[in-house]
Amino acid sequence: MDAAAIRRSVSRVAVLAALLLVRATSADVLPDDRADLFYSKYSGGGMDITGESVLVRKKITENFAVEANYFVDKVSGASIDVLSQASQIKDTRKQKSGTVEYVHDKTTYSLSYINSVENDYKSNTTSFSLKQDMFGDLTTLTLGYTHTDDAVGENNGGVIAWLGHAQSIGYDVGVSQILTKNLIAGVNVNVIADNGYLANPYRSYRYLDSSNAKGYSLASQIYPDTRTSTAVQTEAKYYLPYRAAITGSYRYFSDTWGIVGNTYELDYTHPISNIWILDGSVRFYKQNSANFYSDLYGFAGQYNFMARDQNLAAGQNTALDAKVTYAFLPDGWKMFKRATATFDVSRIAYKYTDFRNIKYYGISSNPSYPPGTEPLYSFNATVYQLYMSMFF
Amino acid sequence: MQSILRTLPCLVPPLRCAWLAGALLLLSGCGNIQPWVKPYERDRLADPIMAWERDSVSAAYLDHVREVREGARGATGGAGGGCGCN
Repeated sequence: MDAAAIRRSVSRVAVLAALLLVRATSADVLPDDRADLFYSKYSGGGMDITGESVLVRKKITENFAVEANYFVDKVSGASIDVLSQASQIKDTRKQKSGTVEYVHDKTTYSLSYINSVENDYKSNTTSFSLKQDMFGDLTTLTLGYTHTDDAVGENNGGVIAWLGHAQSIGYDVGVSQILTKNLIAGVNVNVIADNGYLANPYRSYRYLDSSNAKGYSLASQIYPDTRTSTAVQTEAKYYLPYRAAITGSYRYFSDTWGIVGNTYELDYTHPISNIWILDGSVRFYKQNSANFYSDLYGFAGQYNFMARDQNLAAGQNTALDAKVTYAFLPDGWKMFKRATATFDVSRIAYKYTDFRNIKYYGISSNPSYPPGTEPLYSFNATVYQLYMSMFF
Repeated sequence: MQSILRTLPCLVPPLRCAWLAGALLLLSGCGNIQPWVKPYERDRLADPIMAWERDSVSAAYLDHVREVREGARGATGGAGGGCGCN
């Protein structure tokens, strides 16, 4: 190779490197335009919930995008602690949300509003987030603020009694960091402060009552009217040598009600020839009980705060999830560039260590147990998701 | 750097002071950070399978399913409303 040829080669490499550098230092870009149709079904613990959703996301300019989402949940049946009061519930939740996003250089600003309405519950959430790429785009910092205002009611045979309001303010800080050519890691911290009516009006605490044939009676729960929680999640994602990805995450949670929860999750993603993507995950969650929780109190009004909500009980759950995504329309169709269809199924096993099953025991011909000795409650739930995403 | 550390009032136990000093040392180098993974080396990281979240509707839905049945919440990036009382 003569000197001129070497100079030409070096020159080409320099131009290529310069182009890559320009790409690397250019402004952040917004995600693709997309439209999603979503269907879900949850069955377990005496409840059936179907969900339907449509989402549209569209860039108005290269720097400005809008997103709209409509979600409808239909609930039939009721969880065990609601059924313990012999009330069957049918309800519909309609959630509308809108988001605007603006990109300037390496900063993405996002403003969202969510409105969720049920017969007996109304929720309005406003959130703002800022995402900043820095240090040669190796690091992404995210800051978020969320404000929620809820109106809490109780449905008594079609008549809604509005019991109070609850407000919450949430702060999020997240850092995502490229560590190597194959490894990216992240840390997310979330703090939420609630105040107002925080109890679940459909659940009751239980206390010993010799005047009742069952040996116990139920009464309305009494919750503190403030709560502050902190959650810290760390996660890492690694690109395996044969084009697959593995993700591990851990979350630590604690709050001023005394709940400490630990969540562990492992995900594996395996694409097959750009047409199929297979995902599998296992998730394990464990928590202790809130410090004012008890499955059975000694007498009515024993403490200032009393609760028997299964969310506040000590317990654990294990979830196995399998997902398959099929990519179609590789050459596009009309306005769409490509599309995917996804089917996801999860199986979740819930076990409680201080929440007892009082639904069937001590009633008619079923076995009778002295209060506080009933079998511990457990149940399995299955969650199906089917959705189609079209990118344009 | 040393002079800054000397002027800092050490109102916290020595171990916390060491953390503070370490953090300041790390930050002092931030201005000169060069990307150790070059842009042209990020093709694998740019693969869609490396995205933290591919489908926002599904992720928000699963967050909602979990949050109404667990005491823990937050730090997962999802958002949504509703009671989940039933």
